[in-house]
Parts: sequence; C-alpha cells; structure tokens
Amino acid sequence: MRPRACLFVAILVSCNVAVAQNEALPAFKQLDSMEARVQGCVTCHGQSGQGTSDGYFPRIAGKPAAYLYNQLVAFRDLSRKYPPMNYLVAYLPDAYLREIADHFSKQRPAFAPREQTAVDAATLERGRALATMGDPAKGIPPCISCHGATLTGMNPGIPGLVGLRSTYVAAQLVRWRVGDRHAAEPDCMKRIANRLSDVDVTAVASWLSRQEAPVDASPESSNLVRMPFACGSQQ
Amino acid sequence: MSVGKTALRVIVGAVVVVVAIAAIIAWQQPGVLPSDPRAVVANPTTQVINTGEYLARAGDCVACHTAPGGREFAGGRAMPTPFGALYVPNITPDDETGIGQWTAEEFYRMMHTGVSRDGTLLYPAMPFASYTKVTRADSDAIYAYLMSVPPVKLKNRPHELRFPFNKRDLLIGWRTLYFQQGEYVPDPSQSPQWNRGAYLVQGLGHCSMCHTAVNALGGSSESQAFEGGMIPNQNWYAPSLTSNREAGLGNWEIKDITDLLQVGVSHRGTVYGPMAEVVYNSLQYLTDEDVTAMAVYLKALPQRDAEPPPTSQARLVQPEVMELGRKIYARQCAMCHGDEGKGFPPAYPPLAGNQSITMATPVNPVRMVLNGGYPPGTRKNPRPHGMPPFAHVLDDNEVSAVVTYIRVAWDNSGTPVTPAQANALRKLLPE
Repeated sequence: MRPRACLFVAILVSCNVAVAQNEALPAFKQLDSMEARVQGCVTCHGQSGQGTSDGYFPRIAGKPAAYLYNQLVAFRDLSRKYPPMNYLVAYLPDAYLREIADHFSKQRPAFAPREQTAVDAATLERGRALATMGDPAKGIPPCISCHGATLTGMNPGIPGLVGLRSTYVAAQLVRWRVGDRHAAEPDCMKRIANRLSDVDVTAVASWLSRQEAPVDASPESSNLVRMPFACGSQQ
Repeated sequence: MSVGKTALRVIVGAVVVVVAIAAIIAWQQPGVLPSDPRAVVANPTTQVINTGEYLARAGDCVACHTAPGGREFAGGRAMPTPFGALYVPNITPDDETGIGQWTAEEFYRMMHTGVSRDGTLLYPAMPFASYTKVTRADSDAIYAYLMSVPPVKLKNRPHELRFPFNKRDLLIGWRTLYFQQGEYVPDPSQSPQWNRGAYLVQGLGHCSMCHTAVNALGGSSESQAFEGGMIPNQNWYAPSLTSNREAGLGNWEIKDITDLLQVGVSHRGTVYGPMAEVVYNSLQYLTDEDVTAMAVYLKALPQRDAEPPPTSQARLVQPEVMELGRKIYARQCAMCHGDEGKGFPPAYPPLAGNQSITMATPVNPVRMVLNGGYPPGTRKNPRPHGMPPFAHVLDDNEVSAVVTYIRVAWDNSGTPVTPAQANALRKLLPE
C-alpha cells in the first residue's frame, strides 16, 4: 500500500485491515491529476490498473493506448455492452477517454500471482498448443502471432493477454463467438473465436492465466511481424 | 532663385512625398486583411439555422431522437415506459421516412398541440406539454435547422405498447386531464431575465418531464409542478425544485446554479445519471446569459418549507449501524469526500449539507454508492473526476450503513436507510 494512503487510513482503521484490498481503495496524491480523476476505476481495476481480487475485472495497465481507447469509446457508444462500464463513461468526450487510455497504458504495476485453478494436464497442453502453435487443421493461428511473443500485446490495437484471469478471457471469447463483442472490421478475433470449441476456450484461457509476465511488459511494436489475419484495429 | 526658396521647395516636396507614402500605406493597409462583411454577419438563412441549432440543443432533441451509435436525429431509440416500449421517430428531413415533407406550419402544430402531420395524437413521451410554450418564431428556427441536417432513410419502428395504452384514442382523455395548450406568456411583473429563464425551463428545457411527479396515467398536474418524482424506468429520483429539503435552489448562489447546469459540477453538488445526460447533450451548449436566466428563474421558484425536517425520532440510528457506517466511510469515502464530508468541490462534491444526500428518498445516494459515476465531460469541465462503484465491494448491510452515516453525520438532516432499500435498488440495477 502507498505509505500516504496507509497513513491516512491508519488514523481511523487498523492498517492491517486496509492492506488486504489496498489497491482497490481510493487514494491519490494531488487533486488536479489523472491519478485523482481515474478514481472512478479503482475499485474494479486497481489503483494502477493492475486488476483486483475479482477475477472478472481485467488488468488494464500497460495495454496499448489505442486498444484501451477503442474499448472506452465502445462502452460509451454501447457497441461493447457491460452495463456498469456503459453507465460510467456514458457522458465522457473522446479527448478525455483518450487521456484515460493513455494514463493506464503507461502504468507498469507488478503482476498478481499466476492463477492456480485445478485444470488437468491434457487441457493445459491443448491450451499451450493453441496459444503457441495454433491449430492449422482448424485454421486457428497461435495467440502469440498477434498478441506478442511474450503475450504483452501489440501496438496500436491488440491487447496483452498476460496477467488476465481465465474467467475474463473465457467470457470474452464466448462473447465474441455469440456476437456480443466485436472489434473494428475486419474483425479478426471473431474469425478465431468462431473456430474455437468450448474445450478450446477453457484450455486456452486456463493456460494463458498461468503464464509468467516478462520483465518488460510493454506491447510489441507493430512493424515486426505480418499478422495471419487482417485486423481492423491495426489499420 | 534664393537659397531660402530652394530649401522651402525641398521641405515642401519632402512633406508631400511623406504624406503620399503615408496615404498609400493607409490605403493599402499592409498586414490587414480586407474586411469581409459575410464573416461577421451571417445571411438570414444561416442566422435562422444557427438559431434553430441552438434551440434544438436547448430542447435536447438529439437525446431521444438518436439511437445509440445511430445517425443523428434518425430515431429508432427504444424508450421503455411503464406502458411498454416506444420507438422514437426519425426527424431527419428524409422525404419518405423522416419529416422531409413537413411544412413549418405542420411542425409548429406538432410542437404546439401534440398532433402529428397526419393528424394522429402524439404520446406524451414527446414533451409537447412543455413545447407548446415555444414561440412560433423559435419553432420555425428549429424546423429550419432540422431541414438542414443530412436526411437519413430509416423507417420508424412501431411502438410496442400494451393494451389499452396502444389505443391512441385514450390520449384524448389524457390531454383533457393534463395538457394545457398555449405559448409562454411573459409575466410583466418580473424582469426580462426571469421571463427568459421561465421560457427556457418551462418550454424547450421540458424540466417538468422529470422534476414533476408522474402518476399512474403518465400525467403530471400543474399544481405539483417541479415537486420532484421518480423517473419511470430509470430508477433515479428527480428531486423537487421547490423544496429546500430537496433540490430547492432558494439558498444557492446563482454561480453555483449556473455551474451545476452548464459545467456539471459546482461547489454545492454534482450532476449524475439522467441529469448528466441533460447537461452533456444540452445545457453545456447554452450561453452564459441563458443559463443565468434559468438560474434566476429556478432560484425564485416559490419554495415550500411546509414540510418539517424529520423528527429526531425518525433520525434515530442504531449505534452499531452508525459505527459500521463510520468505519466504511473512513476507509472508502473519506479520501475524496473528507473526514468532515466537505469534499474537494468542485472535483469531489461535499456530502455535508448536500440536499441530494439528505432528501426523504435515499434512492440517489444509494445508487451512487452502488454504481459510482462520472459527471459529464463538458466544455467548461472536460476532464471530470469520477467515483467508483462499490456494489461488488459492499453488501446490503454495508451500503445501507454508509448511506445512513452520510445522511445523519455532520448535522445532516436525513433519515436512516434499511438494507432492504439498498437491496431493492441493487436488484434493479445492471451488474
């Protein structure tokens, strides 16, 4: 916990109590700062966007700024539906959403411990294969071909997957498959999600949630690789 | 020829040259752009369309007549009502699906009487009970503006109202009870500023649509004007504008009222929810003069102080609830709202002495704790500070305890909230 916030809370409550969920508590140093302005995000996404103990709220720290901006705009304009987010950003202008996206894209907080849910070895192996080699027979490219060799994403529009929990990843893949979530056309992720079975979704989400974060969690540059599918968010 | 004469001639000649050069410079005006009368005074058509655009903002037409992610004014937005879903019509000037074939006369008749071009009676979700106060000239300007926007071909979707509300004949009864036709009549005993404010608030602003209670028939009575009410289907409470126990503005500074309306944040309070939408789409675009006029009118509304503050018996809180609320406040709330509830206005609103916290119904403060919220990003406050949701952090006991705490701490005059009240709102809200 930040010393100042801890001190602040310690005046009234035991500091030990506060430590348990400290990253989800409102705290800021300066009123006129982005840190203070984004307090509306902290109980779900953590003070620096590292995520919280709730598995459904994703880590947003360090994701490419353009990806975060696209999501904020989509939540505001209801093309991505999650009512609590739709409500929060409903009346925020583009320039401010861009600033919020920039703010979280620059954060590099420590990663939460990797997930240790019970998954059998065969499922994990299927997940590893999908993520690192894909499934040529089903026309599925590997995750790392777009989301980065170390799964930290690619500028400008492809999010990092490292540090996300399996519940979140699985839910997003399913939403894509049922047409509930979209990306800019051509929607490459839709092509992929449509090729994944339920078992594949569980497998790849479980494997991804167990990966160690690299020392440098920055997204990859966009000019290093040719992507297997054309993606609207990269154009 | 004498030396003196020559010298005189040289001097005169030099003066002539200097004057000539000065004249040429003055005539040519280097560095000065030629004045273009068109740049300053718009032609009559442009002026009318500009005025109409401004008035359409004041009427907030776009908020209802544009679907999420849809083309401006093309309609299609679902409007849930207690009587079923209404689908808002296309008001772009498309000849087939919009209002392209309407005349200014027909447009005024619709605004003024609530009767559509083809003679059908409009449902009162269209605020014609307010728009009837709009002048013919203003209606014509809005018409001219709407004719100037890009036409969009999009067929109107039929309403999905339950029987008997799908029978438009019933509207005759509704109109008899609740509709009074007539343009705004200025009150000569009041200032032009007050009258301008009244015209905007009662007319285009259609404030009474939310701030006057709606009864089971979807009507609101004149005698209860601006006395507050739950907004149907949105689960927010629109506070009374005439009660000092709610959003009565009698003891507010004009500056705080104009800030709240136009900026979205003020030193007394902040707008969230449906009012944030109004500020975002409409009020932030109004001129300082018009917003001040509205503030002057709202501040002068007759205030009912008839209702006494709750008795000390009604304000009684169980000590353990107060203690739980105090602990949660210190841990989750005090960082932004301060130990004494004074906040850091206008970034974080004060809770002490804030009428929206203490008014009889706790709906809005409970909602804020559950869902958090961002004020609208406006021209004068483009980067608002936000509050996070606590619905996933606090259970019903904790939500009701902390809302109880802020309603009674610091000499606030509110009453306790029960876990059941918190639970009822939690279930209604999207999670």
